[in-house]
Amino acid sequence: MAMGATIRVGCGAGFAADRIEPALVLAEHGSLNYLALECLGERTVALAQLRRHRDPNAGYDVLLERRMNGLLPLIKRNSIRLLTNMGAANPLAAAAKVVELARQQGIHVRVAAITGDDVLNILDLDQPTLETSEKLRSIGQIVSANAYIGIDALLPALAGGADIIIGGRIADPSLFLAPLVHHFGWALDDHDRLARGTVVGHLLECAGQLTGGYFADPGKKDVPEMARLGYPFADVDAEGSARFGKVAGTGGLISVATATEQLLYEVTDPSAYYTPDVIADFSTTNLQQIERDVIETSGARGKPRSPHLKVSVGYHAGYLGEAEIGYAGENCVARARLAAEIITERLKPHLQELRVDVVGLTALHSRTMSPEDNYCPYEARLRVAGRSLDAAHAGLIGEEVEGLYTNGPAGGGGARRSVSEQIGILSCFVPREQVVTQVTYFES
Amino acid sequence: MKRKLYELAHSRAGDKGNTTTLSVIAYRREDYELLRNKVTAAAVKEHFAGIIKGEVSRFELPHLSALQFVGREALGGGVTVTLALDAHGKCMSSALLEMEIEVDD
Repeated sequence: MAMGATIRVGCGAGFAADRIEPALVLAEHGSLNYLALECLGERTVALAQLRRHRDPNAGYDVLLERRMNGLLPLIKRNSIRLLTNMGAANPLAAAAKVVELARQQGIHVRVAAITGDDVLNILDLDQPTLETSEKLRSIGQIVSANAYIGIDALLPALAGGADIIIGGRIADPSLFLAPLVHHFGWALDDHDRLARGTVVGHLLECAGQLTGGYFADPGKKDVPEMARLGYPFADVDAEGSARFGKVAGTGGLISVATATEQLLYEVTDPSAYYTPDVIADFSTTNLQQIERDVIETSGARGKPRSPHLKVSVGYHAGYLGEAEIGYAGENCVARARLAAEIITERLKPHLQELRVDVVGLTALHSRTMSPEDNYCPYEARLRVAGRSLDAAHAGLIGEEVEGLYTNGPAGGGGARRSVSEQIGILSCFVPREQVVTQVTYFES
Repeated sequence: MKRKLYELAHSRAGDKGNTTTLSVIAYRREDYELLRNKVTAAAVKEHFAGIIKGEVSRFELPHLSALQFVGREALGGGVTVTLALDAHGKCMSSALLEMEIEVDD
């Protein structure tokens, strides 16, 4: 298929804790027009809200400074416009921080902060959650509510000449679709092109998961040089057809197989993928290998966007206590199971929810998938997890597991324990017209 | 004879709340029909008995030689509140590929 004139959009991060340097490689050698950094998960934004409650100048991504310090000179030199949701719970403070970093390096940038996704104050608490059908006001202490906002929040900042656009709960694919709509002038009711651009965004948004990350299985699905995995970019034309590649010389692999895994990743209905911008039908999307590490997509269809926006609601979900202890050698699984019985008998009266597993057998899926019942690995590690509304009860788990040193089965070693505050996430809808987004500019 | 799904297909798991998504992608286009016939929603539900507690639905994507499964009530309440070590259910892709299917010799 012949492609028309294209623009190039790259993805420099696919989650909050993602590697730092692949974005630098893209910005330096990728000939990009736009670079997007997707760094916000459901829970990440709720945790960021907690940080902002404690400190009004905090609440943006904790890696913002490290990511931006390296990127600022590169995007300036190469005229790359950057979009990110690293603003998390505080886009205004994030934009101010980026301006401060740019000043320190003597770089002039125009930064746009996108706000309006925080809907905590306008939320109807009598509506049910999408997951459990209970009313929002009964799920516990709510700490955050962020609506997934889309390209209509980003387009004014692109038109306004921002070099860097920082928002909070921007839907992942919208970070990539917005530059395409801006550049090609697609109409907001051009559903098929919006759907094709959404496919581009969905394939790029997890960064390394398109380029061989999360794919490798030695001897079966080999991926070269994963320690130097290159992150992807897409060359997109005015029809929304796209070619995906990565910087020459980086590690990784782009194939129809890697792209198929990513196309279907987290998709609950391939014919109706909901974003704030469009309902995209991936079921007709074609993937084709053009050359080594280059694939092409075409053919998605779209339907009009929903009148509602999805909202991620964070709430206090108590404390998670976890502890582990290991056993080795002959009969190690039986000793781990004896330890499990002891722990369960002692903790059951104190904790509403308790889970006890043997790592190596049941910890990942709650039972083994192997048909062999008597399989005994050389090492077995007991893992105990439980939740309580107060930290002290959650801490009992660690106390009891450590108590196995002198009171439990023979040869237990390497006990570890932790207690962590839990933020739960549930969802609801909010009418689109109630969510009013704004652009605030900062200049260094 | 029985063959492990692992030999014929690859998979990636995803999570949305308490829902898991699991792709099954044939390595060879010619195996897609076999997978479509054997790896039914009911077979996947049975394979994950006690793990996926809700409904399992299946979507067919013949042009990608792929099936997509969506399992409800599969992640112990969801990534943010589950007591499971693998909170996202990311390892469920490997669990699915442990499934054995009957193939002609």
